Amino acid sequence: MSAQPISSMPRSSMPDITYNFAYLDEQTKRMIRRAILKAIAVPGYQVPFAAREMPMPYGWGTGGVQVTAAVLGPQDVLKVIDQGADDTTNAVAIRGFFEKTARVATTTATAEATVIQTRHRIPETALNENQILVYQVPIPEPLRFLEPRETETRQLHALAEYGLMHVKLYEDIARHGHIATTYAYPVEVAGRYVMDPSPIPKFDNPKMDDCPALQLFGAGREKRIYAIPPHTRVRSLDFEDHPFKVQHFAKPCALCAATGVYLDEVILDDKGGRMFVCSDTDYCNTRQAQGHVGELGVPAEDAA
Amino acid sequence: MSHPAAAAALSAGFDDPVFDAQASFRAAMWALARPGRVERLDARLEPPAPLSREAAALALALCDYETPIWLDAPLAAAPAVGAFLRFHAGAPIVVDPGAARFALIADPRGVIDFTAFPQGSPDYPDASVTLILQVEYFGKSGLVLEGPGIQGTDGFDAAPLPADFRARMAANRALFPRGVDLLLAGAGGVAGLPRSVIVKEG
Repeated sequence: MSAQPISSMPRSSMPDITYNFAYLDEQTKRMIRRAILKAIAVPGYQVPFAAREMPMPYGWGTGGVQVTAAVLGPQDVLKVIDQGADDTTNAVAIRGFFEKTARVATTTATAEATVIQTRHRIPETALNENQILVYQVPIPEPLRFLEPRETETRQLHALAEYGLMHVKLYEDIARHGHIATTYAYPVEVAGRYVMDPSPIPKFDNPKMDDCPALQLFGAGREKRIYAIPPHTRVRSLDFEDHPFKVQHFAKPCALCAATGVYLDEVILDDKGGRMFVCSDTDYCNTRQAQGHVGELGVPAEDAA
Repeated sequence: MSHPAAAAALSAGFDDPVFDAQASFRAAMWALARPGRVERLDARLEPPAPLSREAAALALALCDYETPIWLDAPLAAAPAVGAFLRFHAGAPIVVDPGAARFALIADPRGVIDFTAFPQGSPDYPDASVTLILQVEYFGKSGLVLEGPGIQGTDGFDAAPLPADFRARMAANRALFPRGVDLLLAGAGGVAGLPRSVIVKEG
């Protein structure tokens, strides 16, 4: 921008409200960046950071947005998903936020993105080693519902004392006959810290293990950042006689006939009609464009 | 600018503080996320000797008034280095290594024991120092690295390093999750050796 005095500029050339690149000020970014570096050095450990108030309410991804803002550069291509979908309110709002404040390119295609911010899913398409997956995290502390005191949970992590979590999983088995935890299923990272993978379905847990992408987690209200470096061992907690298992679906996706993917239930009418479709909209759309048709799908050429 | 000391103190920082800091951070982030893999670091700045461009870029990208910096003897002996860091980063320069959040080391061969720096506590392992060591060479053989961020094992080498480097890194790994994290900067790049890495003889 030129150094022309503002008073002499014609009104039409007055800029709209402008923000620093990616909204946050530079000191805040440095503080978050230092936390990210320590989080990477101690995989699974929750690094406290001075989360800022963001122009969106808590619970809408303020932690993820701050982590994304701190790592984002002008060359990045950003994808934002909410429960696997690119077109839901949260995803659209955050994508728009960074289009406006950072003017970065955005995409819905998983393979094209360099930074993917996600709420509660890991994309079905395998991630690559040049990608950063940023999770929005509501409650970062896996032991929080078992031990409410932060001073105590901090000690339990320091001592690697995770018996409490195994008791919780055991009580699941005692009550239900199987481990009934289906989302935010606790994992052990690099053989040391037990970590909350955020409320992703346990279906996605195996994708975290040995993942070539860098995984960063941001919790805004709780003011914590944690990370899993690429190619790190991530083990879902279980028992020898009750090994960890993921959900299985009886039928393939009703729109694209995909199997081995996570499906959402969609109610069709008030007579019990329902269908199960891919939660990952980009994956489902890509398959439909390739000509895959599910039992309720419409062939791609007829759809237009 | 008539005073020679003032002119030296004002050697230029980043061309573009926002994007140069972001690029330098991203290089450091990937370096620590993939230990031993050298990330390119195009440092467009002219720090006063003996501070290298790559080390200066990391310092300006990561340090500010919240992060006391410790300088090793060759850097501390050059008043322009301290002035450069105070002016561009606003970071306090400390003499006590135990008070540092970052340490800049121009001569890794003569660096003091890593345990003199903050190692973090069992409750807060993140409250530890990040060491920035200036190196002149990176290679792929000599040391073998293993740990988070590395698929199997990976060969690595850098020079100069302390003579007892492997023993230091073994002692550092034994402290995990406490310990110090290393960024090796030089030769147009940066490599990371976080505390999680296991360093073996190649």
